[in-house]
Amino acid sequence: MSNRRDFIKISALGLGGAAVAASSYNLMGGNKLFAADKKPLEFRGHNLKRFPTYCEICFWKCAGWTYVNENNEIVKVVGNEEDPHCNGRLCPRGTGGPGMYYDQDRLKTPLIRVEKDGKQTFREASWDEALEYTAKKLKEVGEKHGPECIALFNHGSGGKYFGDLLKGFGSNNIAAPSFAQCRGPRETAWIATYGEEVGSPEPTDIRDTRCLVLIGSHIGENMHNGQVQEMSDAIDKGATIITVDPRFSTAASKSKYWLPIKPATDLALLLAWIHVLIYEDIYNKYFVGQYTYGFDLLKDHVKNMTPEWAYGKTTIKPDVIRKTAREMAEAAPAVIVHPGRHVTWYGDDTQRVRAAAILNALLGSWGSRGGFYLKESAHLPSIEHPPFPKPRRTWRDAYPGQFKLATLALASGICDATIPTSNRDCSFKAWIVYGTNLPLTLPNMQNTLEAISHLEFMVVIDTMPMEITGYADVIFPECTYLERYDLVRTSPHRDPYLALRMPAVEPKYNSKPGWWIAKKLAEKMGLGDYFPYNDITELLDWQLKQVGSSLEEMQKIGVKKLDRKGGNLYYTRGEDVEFNTPSGKIELFSNELAAENFDPMPVFKQHPEPPAGFYRLIYGRAPMHTFSRTANNPNLTDLMKENSVWVNPKVAKLWGLKTGQNVWLKNQDDVVTTFPIKVRITERIRWDSVYMVHGFGHSDKLLSRAYGKGASDSEMITHVMVDPIMGGTGMRGNFITFLTEKPVKEVES
Amino acid sequence: MRYAMAVDTKKCVGCSDCVVACQTENNVPIGYCRDWIVENVDGTYPNVEIELRSERCNHCDNSPCVRCCPTGASHIVEGGIVLVTHEKCIGCGACIQSCPYDARYSHPDGYVDKCTFCEHRVKKGDQPACVAVCPTKCLYFGDLDDPYSDVSQVLKHRKFKVLAPEAGTNPQIYFLT
Amino acid sequence: MREELFVSGRDIPNIDPYLNIWHWQIPIYLFLGGLAAGILFFAGLFTVMGKEKEMETTVKWATFLVPGVLILGLIALFLDLKHKLFFWQLYTTIRLESPMSWGAWVLMFITPLSIIWVAAYIKDIIPQWNWKFGYLNSFEKWVNSNRRPIAWVMMVFSLILGIYTGILLSAFNARPLWNNAILGPLFLISGMSTGVATTMWMSKNHTERKTLGKIDLVLIGIELFLITHMIMGFLAGPTVQLEAAGLFLGGDFTVSFWVFVIILGLVFPAILEIMELSGYKVPIAIPAILILMGGLVFRFIMVEAGQLTRYLY
Ligand SMILES: Nc1nc2c(c(=O)[nH]1)N[C@H]1C(S)=C(S)[C@@H](COP(=O)(O)OP(=O)(O)OC[C@H]3O[C@@H](n4cnc5c(=O)[nH]c(N)nc54)[C@H](O)[C@@H]3O)O[C@H]1N2
Ligand SMILES: Nc1nc2c(c(=O)[nH]1)N[C@H]1C(S)=C(S)[C@@H](COP(=O)(O)OP(=O)(O)OC[C@H]3O[C@@H](n4cnc5c(=O)[nH]c(N)nc54)[C@H](O)[C@@H]3O)O[C@H]1N2
Ligand code: SF4
Ligand code: SF4
Ligand code: SF4
Ligand code: SF4
Ligand code: SF4
Ligand SMILES: [Mo]
Repeated sequence: MSNRRDFIKISALGLGGAAVAASSYNLMGGNKLFAADKKPLEFRGHNLKRFPTYCEICFWKCAGWTYVNENNEIVKVVGNEEDPHCNGRLCPRGTGGPGMYYDQDRLKTPLIRVEKDGKQTFREASWDEALEYTAKKLKEVGEKHGPECIALFNHGSGGKYFGDLLKGFGSNNIAAPSFAQCRGPRETAWIATYGEEVGSPEPTDIRDTRCLVLIGSHIGENMHNGQVQEMSDAIDKGATIITVDPRFSTAASKSKYWLPIKPATDLALLLAWIHVLIYEDIYNKYFVGQYTYGFDLLKDHVKNMTPEWAYGKTTIKPDVIRKTAREMAEAAPAVIVHPGRHVTWYGDDTQRVRAAAILNALLGSWGSRGGFYLKESAHLPSIEHPPFPKPRRTWRDAYPGQFKLATLALASGICDATIPTSNRDCSFKAWIVYGTNLPLTLPNMQNTLEAISHLEFMVVIDTMPMEITGYADVIFPECTYLERYDLVRTSPHRDPYLALRMPAVEPKYNSKPGWWIAKKLAEKMGLGDYFPYNDITELLDWQLKQVGSSLEEMQKIGVKKLDRKGGNLYYTRGEDVEFNTPSGKIELFSNELAAENFDPMPVFKQHPEPPAGFYRLIYGRAPMHTFSRTANNPNLTDLMKENSVWVNPKVAKLWGLKTGQNVWLKNQDDVVTTFPIKVRITERIRWDSVYMVHGFGHSDKLLSRAYGKGASDSEMITHVMVDPIMGGTGMRGNFITFLTEKPVKEVES
Repeated sequence: MRYAMAVDTKKCVGCSDCVVACQTENNVPIGYCRDWIVENVDGTYPNVEIELRSERCNHCDNSPCVRCCPTGASHIVEGGIVLVTHEKCIGCGACIQSCPYDARYSHPDGYVDKCTFCEHRVKKGDQPACVAVCPTKCLYFGDLDDPYSDVSQVLKHRKFKVLAPEAGTNPQIYFLT
Repeated sequence: MREELFVSGRDIPNIDPYLNIWHWQIPIYLFLGGLAAGILFFAGLFTVMGKEKEMETTVKWATFLVPGVLILGLIALFLDLKHKLFFWQLYTTIRLESPMSWGAWVLMFITPLSIIWVAAYIKDIIPQWNWKFGYLNSFEKWVNSNRRPIAWVMMVFSLILGIYTGILLSAFNARPLWNNAILGPLFLISGMSTGVATTMWMSKNHTERKTLGKIDLVLIGIELFLITHMIMGFLAGPTVQLEAAGLFLGGDFTVSFWVFVIILGLVFPAILEIMELSGYKVPIAIPAILILMGGLVFRFIMVEAGQLTRYLY
């Protein structure tokens, strides 16, 4: 395969500035991030100004304050006390936000791919030129293949602007990896059961729960702030925590029960729990009677799914299954069987999460204090603009009859449909990529790179020279969230809230905010009408005034609580509720799934196990990093520079591995990690699995701190188990073995 | 007045937020830290235990670092806070040798630095930066002489330990177990 | 399995993974301090005893080394300071609890004292020397007529200096290897031994060499006794001290300690000196150099190994 679009290496022109900056930084010992402010401590903090923001380092979106000193230097970011997402306390990544601003490796100016002496390279361009060029290229693709052949991949606040741009152009192929690679199965499962999605932040009433059941959700490492905080409150109040995880997660270490399950067998455990609740007659009879549909069918369905049956599959002892089920029943309805978030594990994920949804229904936790509260979000009207043209085709046309229950576009689906095949009449020809590092984000890296190689054009809007930018035709450097306005945050919570993000300092280098880039691009494409404002502040002020606030007010307070309109936080006893499902009830038996010929009630299926000498690769989060985006953040790499592969001592002994030793991982398809990874021998992991933190193993040399640090799990995920219901990409069916010697690489010609 | 801190090892998740918060609050250079997290894992799979501790200078009542300082740069201020006056410190390293907890480091500018209990915040009535940021609220700070302070209260109701008591330094960071 | 790790990636220069804040400067400083103390002490002792004639090298010539040795030591100390421009802060206060402080002050006194001591002897080397200023000439006269009381002062200060070189380390409770009562006397004796060895090496006088040889043998004996005692103490102590002793008993420092310090630095020169005393012809430079080397290596090992030992918690 010849890559039309070579990955551009550090020797590229136009990046000289970055290289020089990097080395001068290193000359200073690479450690004086805030060198300019050298006043003694006692005097710091006196003349600081603060500006409201909400954090962009993960999608919990905590609101906070950016503090700036007399020299207009950002000194710290601190949580906003009024914000229920964070209660004044940001997580380590949010606190490390200044590192994102100060990172000397940032993208600094627009870059355009050119060919020079037979070699592809980037050259610096003015904004005007780069925008003009991009507009021309996108229009060319639109004319040649139709605008529907353009797709947007986005993950982040600015996605909305580029989405509007694309819709205005005539395509609604707008995908985020947060669906098919993350919470898609959960939302589909919840819609099938409750008629609505779980959403973000999850409306879990953890602070008041008496029993929290975590199935793979590694809260504490998964640092979604509000949940971590509330889990701690729950610990204080003596709540029972039950953690199901093949690894002794941090949450497991705080739990009364840790169920070290054999990976890929959770569904059996969930069904056995359902069995115990029903057959021990300890389910929530009021709730089931009042709100659910299909109980008898369910009862029949799980008849033989006894704890003994599950024991053989999960290795969890029957009496532990019974005891934990009884704990849940005792706590009900103040119990949460957490729906999880990154749930694309084994390809039957919608069904697994369905089982969790059903379990919650049997316990009556939905709409109950200590279970799930009834969330509400603020609603801001959108500004009027001409209607979007109706696209002639969508990504769904590439998958006739498939994934009908996917509620959002599949990032992986669009990626796959970019590789031309004889049975598709048009594949995608151009990508706009905003804030998502696709090579590390989508499974099967080689596949992603191949898809990219078939593109006619790709524009990437990013803050950092991440892997994805190396394949772009045009790179737009966005300024960080600390340097820009974005749309008002309206995400749901116990009460509706508004949160403002505004710049604390001018954009560094020649970077620009996403809204500006999209608007200018739209203007150059003749789509300016979709952005009917001169500056985003006009839009924000207008929107805020519609709900009784204003930009001026929000600039002062950052966060504003509105009144709930939708009634109580929990259902009251006997309250009539119409659920948005075919039966109007919570569906234990799903009519929707039945209609699509899927199992209406979850059925356990055995998944393959690692062959001899191989171990299942499971992955997760480290509290101080977000995916691959923080891997070069000076503050956060200071906390954790690289990932390690967790190996059980018994396995280590078998292989003669030592803690700290470098190994390369090779998977079942003979793919070997580019970089070595250090071994961590620990009792915290089963002997049939290894664990690593996602987001490391960066291959772009422009990331001076992240390059070659640790290994990438994404590289090892070549076997993808697609969820037939909604297209989620199950990524935990990959098995690895160890190479203790540096693998000899075939020389590429 | 006797300031002290309690760290709830049962709630700490080892996220290291306290470390970054200290870094940005106190201008601690990258590559150095005034506080850090230790994870102790004990047992055999699947019977495993973890203790997570956020550690920093213990502001010892019997502080060898202050005693061995030849210039008086290391000194004690109100509330038992052990501080280093940068302009008096010659960087001899004696205090670093004297600390059983390796709580001090040699700042790239030459002087020795360490946790100040965020004295600049505390004297304004604020909590130290690490305490204020901790998402699990597992750090408690306050005056031991005040029976109603957070730290006094939590020490009254919980079991605790200090680190290396045999070193005789009488440390004032308490770890709730 | 027990596993301890830093979650937040502590990797502070010279502190992690183990303490290494004192480098070559400190052992050199301690060695030179001990050496100077040794020379001055015996110069003082034999002056007080009235043996200036018999022990001329000890009382006179060897002391000419001392100001240089002390100044080199101070330079080493200075080089070790990380905040050098604030050096003068040492002399703005006296902190009796801080060995570093009184060490600095002792040096402040003993260095000029040693200069005065040798300056007043300078005419013995360069007879035509002229001080140019009258008051210097009269000061010289005063010194030469008050050698005994000055010698007393010098002995006291050199003892303090010698002990100080050990106490500087042993005062650190936090480093189990250093934290024992024997290190003070041990460093004192070891310093004296290096002083005597140097003097012995310089001396051309057979009887003086013999006297010094005997003294040195006694010092070596005491040293061996103290070292045995120290190790026994560790072995009877708590885990951390057991671990400290482990560094010398099978650990990283076993070879350097037993071969270079004990055998080559103490036992072998002792044997050579016994041979010399019993009439065999031994080039005196050999035991002297071995003793000096042993003393130096000993200080390097102690400073290095001590920083490796720590409390466990
Ligand atoms: N610090 C930090 N926090 C984050 C993020 C981040 O990047 N950094 N990202 C956020 C996002 S977008 C998401 S989606 C969430 C994801 O976080 P979660 O939804 O909480 O977790 P997962 O990634 O699904 O699962 C990781 C855990 O699943 C366990 N596991 C692996 N295989 C199995 C199995 O077969 N069964 C069971 N029961 N457990 C298994 C692993 O051992 C690990 O503990 O985290 C969010 N929070
Ligand atoms: N192997 C593997 N794959 C996974 C996962 C996994 O655990 N393992 N997790 C999955 C999950 S749950 C999710 S949600 C997805 C997340 O997938 P992504 O969101 O793609 O994750 P990141 O790797 O953080 O990539 C974010 C990109 O956005 C850029 N960026 C950061 N801030 C800004 C900004 O302000 N503006 C712009 N324009 N760009 C910005 C970063 O530089 C980076 O290039 O990944 C999924 N893929
Ligand atoms: S949880 Fe952390 S990273 Fe995510 S938005 Fe909040 S502070 Fe930022
Ligand atoms: S911030 Fe709190 S929970 Fe996080 S590591 Fe520090 S003490 Fe532990
Ligand atoms: S912990 Fe160390 S630095 Fe802090 S007071 Fe105690 S001895 Fe001194
Ligand atoms: S390094 Fe500074 S603070 Fe420490 S003992 Fe020396 S002078 Fe005192
Ligand atoms: S009290 Fe202040 S100085 Fe000490 S560790 Fe916490 S944040 Fe850092
Ligand atoms: Mo996610």
